[in-house]
Amino acid sequence: MKEIRIHGRGGQGSVTAAELLSAAAFADGKFSQAFPAFGVERRGAPVQAFTRISDIPIRLRSQIYTPDYVIVQDATLLETVDVASGIKDDGIIIINTKEASENLKLDTKAKVMTVDATRVAMEIIGRPIVNTVLLGAFAGATGEVEVESIKEAVKERFSGKVGVKNAEAIQEAYERIKRKIA
Amino acid sequence: MAVNIEDKGKMVVEEGSYAVAHAAKICRPNVISAYPITPQTHIVEDLSQFIADGEIPNCEYINVESEFSAISALVGASAVGARTYSATTSQGLALMHEVLFNAAGMRLPIIMTVANRALGAPINIWNDHQDSISQRDTGWLQLYAEDLQESADMLPQIFKVAEDKDIRLPGMACMDGFILSHVYEPLVLLEQDLTDEFLPAYEPEHVLDPKNPMSFGAFAAPDTYEEFRYLQEQAMQKALPKIEAAAKEFGEIFGRFHGGLIDEYRTDDAEVILMSMGSILGTIKDVVDEYRARGEKVGVLKVRSFRPFPKEQIRKAIKDAAVVAVLDKNISIGTNEGALFTETKSCMYNARCDIPIIGYTIGHGGRDIRMETIAKIIEEAKGVATSGIKTESQFVDVREELL
Repeated sequence: MKEIRIHGRGGQGSVTAAELLSAAAFADGKFSQAFPAFGVERRGAPVQAFTRISDIPIRLRSQIYTPDYVIVQDATLLETVDVASGIKDDGIIIINTKEASENLKLDTKAKVMTVDATRVAMEIIGRPIVNTVLLGAFAGATGEVEVESIKEAVKERFSGKVGVKNAEAIQEAYERIKRKIA
Repeated sequence: MAVNIEDKGKMVVEEGSYAVAHAAKICRPNVISAYPITPQTHIVEDLSQFIADGEIPNCEYINVESEFSAISALVGASAVGARTYSATTSQGLALMHEVLFNAAGMRLPIIMTVANRALGAPINIWNDHQDSISQRDTGWLQLYAEDLQESADMLPQIFKVAEDKDIRLPGMACMDGFILSHVYEPLVLLEQDLTDEFLPAYEPEHVLDPKNPMSFGAFAAPDTYEEFRYLQEQAMQKALPKIEAAAKEFGEIFGRFHGGLIDEYRTDDAEVILMSMGSILGTIKDVVDEYRARGEKVGVLKVRSFRPFPKEQIRKAIKDAAVVAVLDKNISIGTNEGALFTETKSCMYNARCDIPIIGYTIGHGGRDIRMETIAKIIEEAKGVATSGIKTESQFVDVREELL
């Protein structure tokens, strides 16, 4: 089983991202579970959402303490939230920032990868909404879900042009992070 | 198995609340009345949307100003023969308290989802079972769901039992607030054709009708009141086999079985048995699998029906264990015990067996229940099996530094 924690601020769509990730994983043939950090949604406040992905049905109902992967939507959170908390040593932290990962100096053995998702979102979608874009980066960095499944889940959720533009941005973030690995 | 892997092609990733609202719709209610309260709100929002979209034929949604009114409206609607549904939680359920007795006493098969939540003060919106457990003596059936699929599948089952001509009792389908209501998972949304096959239309025996005037629950003097109470208890006892039968028939039609009155998991040769209700069971099963992988004989007894209380089934399931640990998400303050623990001990007392039974009250106000905590309880239970009970019942994970 793989466990993913998403950090964001209330209003940035962290919970939506967790749901879309679980839908994409299910489309890939896995079982999945998505849930928010219950009851703390306030616009602008630090929030978390979680996804589990497994080959077998998921029964575990506790929160996630030792994630395999962490996604950070807003780099300003690094000042106040320990986004690396509990992450496994062989895990990956994906952060939305224009900084290079070596400049971030996170106290963790996990691999830190960065992507300027805000820029991708502004250029393609025209709005600084990065939750879906980061899922593209997640697919590229981890290989845990197919990028096509992410795009399909997003297009199903957001119909018409919005969905198409989001899918385009997801593909761009996917390719950008793939280039960093290569 | 609660999740049937063969269902995968039919599954969609949906929120627990949506699955429950959808199930309520598919059960063809005639009157819905509810008042929004976290974490039940998504259920009534989804139902309002269904009504607005014309997706529930022959159904009226009555907007009210409180939970007291919501349940009162359903008492009237059920008395004229309508199939009725509501959903609430916590303080809202507490506000219904007086009317819950009326619904049961008038033998009205109102069905209500309870998205279980703690009671204030202090205000706490998170999950435990204090709300519904505190209503255990109101005469309502109470079933507790383990996962999202069961929360939905439970509705047609409890409607069927409640509306049975031998039962005629209201029922609560309990699901853990947030932990089940706000989680997204792959699940099967109930099919209309299969549900219609399983759940026939409600055929009330007595109805309020101006052409044939009749009174419901009006008055009973000492010479007749006791018989009303006796018949309620008789109906509860008759519900025991009906709950089993409904779960079995549901399994045959839908291919999913979540247990009848109880459900046993790896208890066959178990020396240590953990007993509980609701979503905590999934976490316990994962821990038990780890113990089993190491060759340790640990099992789980899921109690699905708390009212009626399945004494005989519980006795049979735990009689050969060396120790039983009961985990309750509620407490009767003043006994230092949760309700399932107290009632399990009670039903074993005259059963001619002497198994040590220990209790834990856990997860108050949404305190997260980790696998490590379950493992700690199993270790303590093993100690009790060899050297006897030192602490009969206790809180779990108390933060000593805050006391």
